[in-house]
Amino acid sequence: MAALTSTYALEVIHLNKAFGGLVVTQDISLTIRPGERRLLIGPNGAGKTTLFNQISGDMRPSSGQIRLFGRDVTRLASYQRAHIGLSRTYQIITLFTGDTLEHNITLGLLGLRPSRWQMWRPLSFYGDLATEARRILDAAGLLHLATHPVSEIAYGEKRRVELAMALAQKPRVLLLDEPLAGLSNTERSVVKSLIASISRETTVIMIEHDMDTALDLAETVTLLNYGRVIVDGDRDAVIADQRTREVYLGV
Amino acid sequence: MQFWIIQGLNSLSLGGLLFLLSSGFSLIFGLMRLANLTHGAFFMLGTYLGATALRAYSGLDIWVTALGAGIVVAALGGLFERLVLTRLKTNPLGQVLVTLGMSFIIADACLVLWGGDSIPVPTPQSLQAPTRVWGFVFPTYRLVLVGCAIAAAIALYLLMERTRLGAMIRAGVDDGQMARAVGIPVSNLFTLVFCLGSGIAGAGGVLGGPILSAYPGLDGDMLPLALIVVILGGIGSLPGAFVGSFIIGFIYTFGTALFPELSYIILFLPMIFVIAFRPQGLFGRVGA
Amino acid sequence: MKWIGVVLLAAAFLLPPFLAGDFYINLASQILIAAIFALSLNLLVGFGGMTSLGHASYLGVAAYISALLTSRYGWDHGSAAIIAIAGTTAMAGAFGLIALRASGLGFLMITLALSQVLWGLAYRMSDVTNGDNGIAGLTRPMPFGISLESAVAFYWFTLLVAAFAFVMMAIFVSSSFGSSLKGVRDQPRRMAALGFNPWMIRWITFIYAGFWGGVSGLMYVYYNKYIHPTSLSTTSSAEALLGVIAGGSGTLGGPVVGAAVVLLLKNYVSAYVERWNMLLGLVFLFIVLVMPTGIVPAFDRLIAGLRRGLQKGLRWPR
Repeated sequence: MAALTSTYALEVIHLNKAFGGLVVTQDISLTIRPGERRLLIGPNGAGKTTLFNQISGDMRPSSGQIRLFGRDVTRLASYQRAHIGLSRTYQIITLFTGDTLEHNITLGLLGLRPSRWQMWRPLSFYGDLATEARRILDAAGLLHLATHPVSEIAYGEKRRVELAMALAQKPRVLLLDEPLAGLSNTERSVVKSLIASISRETTVIMIEHDMDTALDLAETVTLLNYGRVIVDGDRDAVIADQRTREVYLGV
Repeated sequence: MQFWIIQGLNSLSLGGLLFLLSSGFSLIFGLMRLANLTHGAFFMLGTYLGATALRAYSGLDIWVTALGAGIVVAALGGLFERLVLTRLKTNPLGQVLVTLGMSFIIADACLVLWGGDSIPVPTPQSLQAPTRVWGFVFPTYRLVLVGCAIAAAIALYLLMERTRLGAMIRAGVDDGQMARAVGIPVSNLFTLVFCLGSGIAGAGGVLGGPILSAYPGLDGDMLPLALIVVILGGIGSLPGAFVGSFIIGFIYTFGTALFPELSYIILFLPMIFVIAFRPQGLFGRVGA
Repeated sequence: MKWIGVVLLAAAFLLPPFLAGDFYINLASQILIAAIFALSLNLLVGFGGMTSLGHASYLGVAAYISALLTSRYGWDHGSAAIIAIAGTTAMAGAFGLIALRASGLGFLMITLALSQVLWGLAYRMSDVTNGDNGIAGLTRPMPFGISLESAVAFYWFTLLVAAFAFVMMAIFVSSSFGSSLKGVRDQPRRMAALGFNPWMIRWITFIYAGFWGGVSGLMYVYYNKYIHPTSLSTTSSAEALLGVIAGGSGTLGGPVVGAAVVLLLKNYVSAYVERWNMLLGLVFLFIVLVMPTGIVPAFDRLIAGLRRGLQKGLRWPR
C-alpha cells in the first residue's frame, strides 16, 4: 500500500447534473483510493448509473469536477479517459453480437494500441492480439466458446464477456454497472470469483442491487438516494447506519 | 430603392410559400421522425394540379383549387403512409428510401402527364390588379401569399395548442411510448399528420403556381429549401419553420438577385452555421 | 461459399473481351465503373453505418475537374487526374466536418443538401461548367502511350483499376481500422469506452470513401468523354445507394452485384421505355419492402435453406 500518496484513484468533486428542472445529481463528492473496492448502492432512480455516466464521459455534468489519479478529466471525451486507465461495463449488454467472443475481446485489446489506426494489414496479422484474447477468455472460463458469435451464447456468459472485455484494457479504475444482474446462482458465483480475483492494480467501483453477493466483495460503501450521497464509509459502518435502513425500508 | 422594395416583397412571398412547404415537413419529421423526401414532389403535384385546373376553368377560385388539390395530395399521402410506411416502422432508413423512391415515381408521373415544358399558372383575376401603398405599386398576389402563410401559421398554432388533437400530436412528439400507453392512437395520428403535412404541401403548390409555374424539377428545387428551413428553424418547431422560412426567403431572393451564380452557396451558409454552432436550430429542442 | 462467389465473379469479368461485341464490352466497363462507385459508397453505408445521399458529389467533382483542366486549360491527363483526386478528397474532408456534426437522418439530410448545392452550382455557373450543355469532346488518357479508344482497350484499363480498387477496399475493411469502423457502426458508446475515437474513425472513412468516389468519377468521365450536371444529381446518388442496398450492404460482393443489376436494368429499360426514374422509384420500394438486406444475403439465405432442405431430404427415409 503506497503510504504517502495523496493521489486518489478517483475524485468526484461537487458534481451536479440537472435536466432542465430535474436534478439527477446533487452535489456529490467522493474520494476513492487506489486498489479500493467500493460498492455503490441505493434504490432505483437514485442516480447511480447517471453518476457512472458522468465519470466515464458518456454524460456531461452541469457543474463539478472529476479527477482520475489527480488529473482533471471533466472535459475529456470517454475515449480519452479510456487511455488514462478508465474502463467500464454497462447495465445493458453492449457487445458486438454478430462477432465471435474472440473478436469482441480483440476489440477490447485494440482500443488502446496504436495499431488500431492501421489500414493496410489485416487484423489477423496481429497474432499476439489473438493469443492475448484467448488467454483472457480462458481466465473467464469462456475459451471453449471463443469462436462462437455472441448472439449464440447464454446471458450469463455474455455478462462474463462484458467483464472480460473491460479487464482486457488492464484498467486502473474499473466501473462495474450491475455485473450480477439477471444471473442464476451458479453464474453469480462464477462472476463473483472473477471480480474477487481482479488484481489490486485495479480500483473497482461497483453498482449492485444483490447485497448478499456484493457486500462480500466491498470494502467501502456509498449509499445514494435522490442523487445525493446519504452515507459513505467502511462497509460495516454503513450497513449498521440508521440512515441506510431508512432508505431501504422507508420512513 | 425600388429594387430593394420589390425584392423585399418577393422575399416575403417566397417566405410565405416556404412556410406552406416546410410546415408540413417539420410536422412530419417532428412526430414521425421521418425525413419525408417525397415532400417536394407533393408540392409539385399540387402545382401541376392547380395549373391544369386554373387554366381549364378561368373563373375557378384559387382557394377552392388549393383546397381541392390539398385533399387529393393528402389522400395520396395517406395511402402511401398506410400501405408502405407503416410496414417499415422498424426500418427508419428504409422509410427514407421509400420516400425517395416515391418522389421519383411522382416526379416521373408528372412528366408523363404534363410533359417537359414549363406551365405558367395564371394569377387569379380578382387579385391581378396591383395594390398601391405609399406611392409604390405592388403585385397584389404576392401580398396575399404572405397573408396565406400567416393564416396557415395561426391555424396550425390553434390546432396544435388549443385542440385535443393537437395535444395528442404534441404528446406523440414528446414521448411516443408514453402516449401509446395512455391510449393515444399513435399510428392513426401518424397517418393523419402525414396527410395533413402532404395536404398543406399540395395546397401550397397550387398557391405557388402563379409565382413559380409548374415545371419538371420543381420538386428538386423546393425540397432542399424545405430541408434548410427545417434545419435552420429547428425540427418539429412550427415557430422555427415560420421564422426560418422568411429568413431563407430573404436570403434566397436577394442572393439570387445580387449573385445569381452563387445563390446555392449563399443559401447554404446559414445551414452550415446552424449545424456547426446550434445543431438544434433556432427553436428546436435539444434531442429532437 | 463466399470464395466460390468471388472466383465466379472474377471469372465473369475476364470473359467479355473474348466473347462479346463492343456493345456488351462497353456495358461491362460501365458496370465496373458503377461497381467502384457503389463500393466506395458502401464503405460509408455498409461498413460505417452512415447512409449518405450525396455521394455523387465526389464522382461529379472529380469528373468536372478533370474535364475542365484537360479541355479548357490543356493540362495532360496525369496531372489533371492528380488534381482532380486531390481536390475531391479535400472536399470530402470539408464535407465530412460538416456532415458528421449529425448522425442518422441529420447526416443523410446534410449530405443531400451539400450535393444539391454542388448540382446547383454546376447548373448555374455556365461560364465555368457550361451549365445544362455539359462539357463534351473530352479525351481519354493514354497511359504509357497506349490508346484507350477501343472498347476492349478501355475495358482492360477499367478492369485493372476496378480490381485495384476492390483489393484496396477489401484490405481496408479487414484491417484493424476496418474492424474499428465496424465496431463504431455497431456499438459507438462501447467503442469510445474501449479507447477508440468514433468521430475520427468516421471522418477518415468519409474521406477514403470520397477518394474512391473521385476515382470512379475519373473513370466515368474517361468512358463517356462527356460530363453533365446530372452526374451530380440526387438521382445519381440514389442509384448508387440503391445498388448498395439492393446488392447487400456490409459485404464486398453485394455492391458489385447491386450496381450491375441497377445498370443493366437502366440500360434495358431505356431501350424500351423512357420511364427510368419511375422504375428506379418502384425498385426502391420493392427492395426495401421485400428484400431489405439485399440480393446477396437473400441469395445466401436461399442457398443455406436449400442446403438444409437437401440434408433433411437425404436423411428422411430412416
